[in-house]
Amino acid sequence: MAVLQQILFVITLAIAVYFIRKRVLRIRGNIQLGKRNEVKGDSGARLQNMLLIAFGQKKMFKKLIPAIFHFFIYIGFLVINLEVLEFVIDGVVGTHRVFAPYLGGFYNVLMNVFEFLAIAVLLACIIFLIRRNVIKVARFQSVEMKGWPKLDGNLILVIESILMIAILTMNASDQILQIRDDHYVATGSLFFSSFLIPLFSNLETSTLIIIERFAWWFHIVGILGFTVYVTYSKHLHIFMAFPNTYFAKLEVKGHINNMPIVTNEVKSMLGLTTEAPATPAEPGRFGAKDINDLSRTNLMAAYSCTECGRCTAECPANLTGKKLSPRKIMMDTRDRMEEVGKSLIAGGQGLNDGKTLLNDYITKEEINACTSCNACVEACPIMINPLEIILELRRYVAMEESGSPAQWNNMFQNIETSFAPWKFSPSDRFNWSKE
Amino acid sequence: MNAPTLAELTAKGESPEIVFWVGCAGSFDDRAKRVTKAFVKILNAVGTNFAVLGTEESCTGDPARRAGNEFLFQMQAMSNIQVLNGYNVKKIVTACPHCFNTIKNEYPELGGNYEVIHHSTFLQQLINDGKIKLAEGGSFKGKKITYHDSCYLGRANNIYEAPREVLQALDADLVEMKRCRTTGLCCGAGGAQMFKEPEKGNKDINVERAEEALSTGAGTIAVACPFCMTMMTDGVKSKEKEAEVKVKDLAELIAETMK
Repeated sequence: MAVLQQILFVITLAIAVYFIRKRVLRIRGNIQLGKRNEVKGDSGARLQNMLLIAFGQKKMFKKLIPAIFHFFIYIGFLVINLEVLEFVIDGVVGTHRVFAPYLGGFYNVLMNVFEFLAIAVLLACIIFLIRRNVIKVARFQSVEMKGWPKLDGNLILVIESILMIAILTMNASDQILQIRDDHYVATGSLFFSSFLIPLFSNLETSTLIIIERFAWWFHIVGILGFTVYVTYSKHLHIFMAFPNTYFAKLEVKGHINNMPIVTNEVKSMLGLTTEAPATPAEPGRFGAKDINDLSRTNLMAAYSCTECGRCTAECPANLTGKKLSPRKIMMDTRDRMEEVGKSLIAGGQGLNDGKTLLNDYITKEEINACTSCNACVEACPIMINPLEIILELRRYVAMEESGSPAQWNNMFQNIETSFAPWKFSPSDRFNWSKE
Repeated sequence: MNAPTLAELTAKGESPEIVFWVGCAGSFDDRAKRVTKAFVKILNAVGTNFAVLGTEESCTGDPARRAGNEFLFQMQAMSNIQVLNGYNVKKIVTACPHCFNTIKNEYPELGGNYEVIHHSTFLQQLINDGKIKLAEGGSFKGKKITYHDSCYLGRANNIYEAPREVLQALDADLVEMKRCRTTGLCCGAGGAQMFKEPEKGNKDINVERAEEALSTGAGTIAVACPFCMTMMTDGVKSKEKEAEVKVKDLAELIAETMK
């Protein structure tokens, strides 16, 4: 029986690793569809961002209530996963609570901490479900949240709740079995799961073993399955937040990335350089029409987005009823990457499927509404920058299609001819001093 | 009013400590021109050795870049940098946060390296140094003023306190809108929106912001950006409050209160 469980566990683990690896490689491949971008600036500052903002959750605390509950789930995720290590060893080797004899009294402390966190996570998940579905917090009700994104958000909270209940059930039945069966290593009293003991104490030992084993298997298979699920879900932020904050730009928010290709051309047009314009290293479009025109940092950011909608809730365009939603920009970028990636795996046409990020996913009406105010960038708890993507799309429209709104084309013309965005004579520029 | 041009000073063999970059709005827009003149009045009063570019100035390219026309932006930027470097300019002050941001953050990559300061910081320094003397019990003493954060000063460049310190020097009662500092709501003009009609929606952004400013009960809405000035002024007008509530730039408030 024990050996059978071990074999079954190794197979389960192998299957999970297979699927996780496959998805990780796919996601990496999808991100690599983007342009390689230079990562400038000192790595110390990047590390600091990662530690403070991803690991330390600094930006989350701008909204205190969700921050506290999110912190419970986050710490629960970090700490309870230590227990997963024990699960894996037990599963493979056939031991039960392998760490208990080594840690002695500390094991009891550790288990009680895990249980406290399990309760905290459970509470947080319930509160988050209420916020999403009963109180209906506005940022979860936007148009882009209909269907799968809404279900995805709820599924995550429900799965996490069930996993926590499994831990508590397992510990409750385990505590009874510790008295009845030598195989069950003494853990000392576990505070929270003790409350569940009365539910199980009248049961036969064999039934209890089944319950304990079921809860154990449910929990570990649940966690493995959840990890696979996460790679398909907005919940991927639990991993991606770390690289995303590391690679996020360090310049002040007002700075817009330069286009060196344009610099070369402009310099030669103005006769500022004697060299012929270097052939661009990456011939391609000006700006972005599809995901492969965006930087890998932009694409990684799309996989990091957990659709919390703090960006959209702060966006002045969205607040006043325009179609632009910075969250949708990130979701569309990710959805398009997934579409292209899926097609490539299936031997399809990938990027040449006749669709593009611009137009098929994100419309000009959306990108034209952006005021570049950086409210979305400021709001994002993990330093995602939707504005960069919006700007790249605008660059494509302006420079490759000349398809900017007519009033912008007029503005361009005014700058070209009168050196001001309005049609005034340049010779009148200094008239104010005489008025 | 004395606003010498760099060309004039150079002809005399002089060079100014600082160049006042006026910007297109400050040069052509009637309302913003009043801010330009108020700022020059302050510069004259404190005896700053400054110069303007006059007709040699040209759009920084900010709206072109933000609307996606990188070619046009870089053409503008390079020719401005040629002019500024030609005069060996080291330090620039401007009353426009968009010009400020572009010259400060985006010109260095194209060969333009200057110390750039926004007039809110410049005024704050003059006040702190005791160079600007404000009349005791000035007309704003105890009056409610609210400050509208310009995105290109605030979030874009982390300048939140300088404009507020300037207002505090007026002895005014500074009242904050709910959305202020890092969560300040845009006036609706940034990202080249100034130069086109907004997309279809259910409200104009400037009206939303003006309503918020008016709800503070302040008699003066202080701004530090010519585009915010236009948007907030129009927003206040749309609420028919222009008789009671004035939209003013920091430079105007200081110029009015100076001894």
